[in-house]
Amino acid sequence: MKAHLSRRYLFSASHRLHSEAMSEKENQSTYGKCNNPYGHGHNYVVEVTVSGPVDDKTGMVCNLTDLDTFIEKEVVSRYGHENLNTMKEFTKEVPTTENLCIQIYEIVHRGFHFAHLERVRLEETMMNSFEYAG
Amino acid sequence: MLYLTRKAEFSASHYYHNPDFTPEENRRIFGKCNNPNGHGHNYTLEVTVKGEVDPRSGFVVDLKQLKEVMHREVLDGMDHRFLNKEVPEFLHKIPTTENIAIAVWQRLDSKLKHAKLHRVRVYETPDLFVDFYGEA
Repeated sequence: MKAHLSRRYLFSASHRLHSEAMSEKENQSTYGKCNNPYGHGHNYVVEVTVSGPVDDKTGMVCNLTDLDTFIEKEVVSRYGHENLNTMKEFTKEVPTTENLCIQIYEIVHRGFHFAHLERVRLEETMMNSFEYAG
Repeated sequence: MLYLTRKAEFSASHYYHNPDFTPEENRRIFGKCNNPNGHGHNYTLEVTVKGEVDPRSGFVVDLKQLKEVMHREVLDGMDHRFLNKEVPEFLHKIPTTENIAIAVWQRLDSKLKHAKLHRVRVYETPDLFVDFYGEA
């Protein structure tokens, strides 16, 4: 039988929302406080949902240790305590939570093969979250 | 179509062990969860049903009845129990969060009146949960 397994992870990072395609004035009116040149930070929560048949022998969709190890190495330690604007994936793209959510989805989709990736949900604060399912 | 979700909590202990595996395999695959003396969780159960709103009552389902069914069919048998030893589904099946969600679905599915079961979500901890939609 097919089940969906979701796991939540926490990391903290800073960013500044600023688009090279916009004028200073446009950046300020679009991003407001998030356009502060010194940046600011969030405690992000990333919720990863994978699915697949529940294995008869283990009772699991996938081994949690495999998922934890992968996300810890490829996502949490990659983005944790970093300034997102300094990272290569955000040299051209604005590190909005939308774009970060897509990046994380792509990392998991590309590298995690023990179960099917259903979606990545990223909480920027308790008040807002973003979901990407490919 | 409208979806309604009711939550409940239960606390239970369990351990993960497959008698077909060697002791080494059990330890490697299940890690700390393989401790035969068991360990426990505060589970949160979320049951989502779907249906049309009854024009007379304004309800999808009578919440009182849903609550009673959840208590009778699930919580009375699982709350404050050692799942491996006291709950029939887990005498020969490992009580993972996946299998608990499936067992809850199977216990509730035929017992609901009017509304149709949409999803069973079981939180083992706030950071780990399983959804089951009755899919084969």
